[in-house]
Amino acid sequence: MSNYTIKGETGEWEVVIGLEVHAQVTSNAKLFSGAATAFGAEPNTQVSLVDAAMPGMLPVPNRECIRQAVRTGMAIEAEINKWSRFDRKNYFYADLPQGYQISQLYHPLVGEGSLTIAADEKAGIPTDKVIGIERIHVEQDAGKLMHDQHPTMSYVDLNRSGVALMEIVSRPDMRSPAEAGAYVRKLRSILRYVGSCDGNMEEGSMRADVNVSVRKPGDEFGTRTETKNVNSVRFVMAVIEGEAKRQVGLIESGGTVVQETRLYDPDRNETRSMRSKEDAHDYRYFPDPDLLPLELDDAFLDECRASLPELPDAKRARYLSEGISAYNADVLTAEVEAARWFDALLEAGAKPVAAANWVTSELFGALNRMGRDISDSPVSPAQAAELLGLVADGTISGTIAKQVFEKMLETGDGAAAIVDREGLKQTSDTGAIEAEIAKVLAANADKVEQYKGGKEALFGFFVGQTMKAMQGKANPQVVNELLKKALG
Amino acid sequence: MAIDQATVRKIASLARIAISDAEAAAMEGELNGILGWVEQLGEVDVTGVEPMTAVIPNKLRLRDDVIDADPMTGGNRRDDILANAPAPQHGFFGVPKVIE
Repeated sequence: MSNYTIKGETGEWEVVIGLEVHAQVTSNAKLFSGAATAFGAEPNTQVSLVDAAMPGMLPVPNRECIRQAVRTGMAIEAEINKWSRFDRKNYFYADLPQGYQISQLYHPLVGEGSLTIAADEKAGIPTDKVIGIERIHVEQDAGKLMHDQHPTMSYVDLNRSGVALMEIVSRPDMRSPAEAGAYVRKLRSILRYVGSCDGNMEEGSMRADVNVSVRKPGDEFGTRTETKNVNSVRFVMAVIEGEAKRQVGLIESGGTVVQETRLYDPDRNETRSMRSKEDAHDYRYFPDPDLLPLELDDAFLDECRASLPELPDAKRARYLSEGISAYNADVLTAEVEAARWFDALLEAGAKPVAAANWVTSELFGALNRMGRDISDSPVSPAQAAELLGLVADGTISGTIAKQVFEKMLETGDGAAAIVDREGLKQTSDTGAIEAEIAKVLAANADKVEQYKGGKEALFGFFVGQTMKAMQGKANPQVVNELLKKALG
Repeated sequence: MAIDQATVRKIASLARIAISDAEAAAMEGELNGILGWVEQLGEVDVTGVEPMTAVIPNKLRLRDDVIDADPMTGGNRRDDILANAPAPQHGFFGVPKVIE
């Protein structure tokens, strides 16, 4: 259990959180029309007569959008409803030309599922925790409004109107901002593995409606508020913290929380009430008469299941079973691109543990310095496997490997070629190493005395000096053995 | 099920239709008449009968995920889309400012 609480004047308050995440489905065309979905096009160029709600136009669902929602449902081990239906959610707004959004209220495509957020002691999540997911339904996105382009007018761009969204509705199972943050990150990771949403929160591909209420531990749920369209993990966490504190302050000063929709203002880091009309939520849902029920057969579902990749939890378990540390397994599985790159490295013959250490330290370090993503890494998995192979078979030491890697980044050449050209091959020539050891010990007679007098930490110093004298090319194991003999 | 004038006014307001009191009174009678007529369906015993979603055997068709395959349901027709707009602005629809 999370022990996150809000400390009020009357004691500690528990926070209850549920999230509705809107994830844009990755598809070429829109949910019910053939217009394109690409981000950033000229205004109103990706709008069909269907999306503009011209009279007489009929919606026809895009098979790929349905398929991606089903695959997402399978990835959270949810029940898939072979019979679902579209409903109209009626309201008037300038970004909604139809006057209704086609959604699924009564019979969603995907039913009950769950995902697991990993234990994170530092974030106050002591154990793995399962977060329930109530449903996923498919619906249309609305258009975009711009208010700052004209003194008296708002501008409407319908490019986004009709793009397919999955609304992923969690159970009110989260109890702290950290848990909610972990949930969004895990959900984003799963969506990106599945390929059903690019998870790009900056471009609005994923946004969350954040439901927050507070209660004294053990009490019934309190009244919740819903903060709409929060578009980053950090903001989700900030909304929860701010809103929980506001509610506690309100209740303790004698007020009551009103069930309402709120907006988050990132500049002020506060939420404020949307002054909506009281009947704004009277959506008068009814089955869309333009659309027959959506019926899926077993062949369709089988194909969806067969096309699912290995998912983050399974991948992490596999990495752990191969001896990779929990920390490295988390880092490597969080982003699908890193996991794919790492799997390619293993396939090219690299040893899991050494490869994991190298990727998380050397490669990520280099990419960070260069400001590049792993998807445009200057070194391919095959080239990296060659480098790691040279370390594994003793051709070069780990220290030299770092130099070789730098050269690979500079020149684009292969590891073996660089080792040959620069004469970096590691030597196990005991004669040469012994000669250098003798010189090092002679030059540091005082330290040899101290070492023999019990200051064993100096051993590392002798190793370092010998390696330096050998220009890093001595086999460290041989150096260790010979030094022990010489000092013993 | 019967509706009163307050409900009529609420439905009208949700549908953004302005109606006078006289119209609301007339509408109350008309809507109750329609509802009463439809409610006759409740007299039929449908125990064990599956709800019907279409009067002819018909399956929902799905489209392939192809952009602009059919010009009638594809994009790239901004001039058509904006042709009836009262105040188009630089490729956008211009509408009275709607911001809370």
